[in-house]
Amino acid sequence: MYLQPRDTRHVPQTILIGGSAGSVEALGQILPALPADFAAAVVIVVHLPANSPSLLVDIFAQRMALPVAEVHDKVQLVPGHVYFAPPDYHVLVEPEGELTLNDDPPLHFCRPAIDLLFESGADALGKKAVGVLLTGANHDGAAGMAALAAAGAMTIVQDPADAQVPLMPSSALKKTPVNRVLPASAIGPALAALVHG
Amino acid sequence: MTGMNDMYNAADFDIELRLLIEAIYLKYSYDFRNYSPASMKRRVAHALQQFDCETVSQLQHRVMHDVDCFPALLQYLTIPVSEMFRDPAYFKALREQVLPILHTYPTIKVWIAGCSTGEEVYSMAIMLKEEGLLERAIIYATDINPHSLQKAEAGIYPIESMALFERNYEMAGGTRALSDYCTSAYGSVLFDKQLRRNVTFADHSLATDSVFSEVQLISCRNVLIYFNRELQNRAFGLFHQSLVHRGFLGLGSKETVQFSDFASQFESFAKTERVFRKT
Repeated sequence: MYLQPRDTRHVPQTILIGGSAGSVEALGQILPALPADFAAAVVIVVHLPANSPSLLVDIFAQRMALPVAEVHDKVQLVPGHVYFAPPDYHVLVEPEGELTLNDDPPLHFCRPAIDLLFESGADALGKKAVGVLLTGANHDGAAGMAALAAAGAMTIVQDPADAQVPLMPSSALKKTPVNRVLPASAIGPALAALVHG
Repeated sequence: MTGMNDMYNAADFDIELRLLIEAIYLKYSYDFRNYSPASMKRRVAHALQQFDCETVSQLQHRVMHDVDCFPALLQYLTIPVSEMFRDPAYFKALREQVLPILHTYPTIKVWIAGCSTGEEVYSMAIMLKEEGLLERAIIYATDINPHSLQKAEAGIYPIESMALFERNYEMAGGTRALSDYCTSAYGSVLFDKQLRRNVTFADHSLATDSVFSEVQLISCRNVLIYFNRELQNRAFGLFHQSLVHRGFLGLGSKETVQFSDFASQFESFAKTERVFRKT
């Protein structure tokens, strides 16, 4: 076999998080648990209504030790920075470690869709990605989790028993084996340990 | 990535994608070489499924030797996504803040770059008409996809879209009813051809073509996000060259000139609505 894995030396370790119904509360447990010296980039897709501005940046900027911003097109991933997908655009990870916006049609009725972030992240980041799928009433993210697992990324799914709406984490668990199944309260500390370790 | 079997190695996909893009450029002169790789990959992966190809190389073979393949593939590479008065606040800003300034010109030239299937062209024409400017306006509506241009020129849209278009139109400050500008039949609406009397539809590529006219307003929305930085800079260069002194540039709701090589040559005019002005 002469297959060459993609060269990911130049991209930072990146946590990719997807969530839908109930996920703002889950993120409220996870994100404040990340330490100020957290050495990975964090990209988050939360399903949002298309026509109203997102308040996520405002909500979390006050509650986190890390800088938080909405994704702008072609922004370079920086360790320790947290990026939220804007409403009505997909966010994809570029092989060069940038984020790109995309307004292709909705997937699973969602734009941003978690699958697009996860699948592009699996491709661009490989083992340097960590996928986290949270509560939601949708199948989005299941295919993306499978792609991340296949690419050798660390995969974490919120325990359906702990999820406000268990469908999304359950769909992913049905589709692919994952590394960790955790309640939201344990995901932040797990990420902190993972990035330090 | 969707549509690829697990053994389809990412590095191989990259190599074959580069070859496909090069083949398209050499054979058909469509230049996707500086498009954003992540978006291109996803579209090509989707096309593989649609064309029942196992690998990008197979698709390349089809593109090279089957004359019907490329026009069909182009539909997947340039997915038309559009609606009338999309982001109503943008059109409201043009109507209330930009058009009053354009009023002072004897002839008003507007370039809609990447007009896709024309929804924005009719939106612009309707707005110009309601502001009493359409008679002395010229609209250049350009795109790289000939199929989209044909649809734009036809001005026929599914009737199911009208509820959304109407809602957008109202929020954008429309002064009448959108249905005043179209007739409906057989599940479609047909926009009044008077609206496009001063519209020139043309094939134009921001990647390979040059400036063709001097205009006061350019609207280029959600096109540049599909480009890499280098091509974005080329496009901004064309826009800068094409705009009159103090001309206006309208972008998509998450696009900006701020991070480009032309950042200092534009100022923000309507910040949240993403209207910029040449300094």
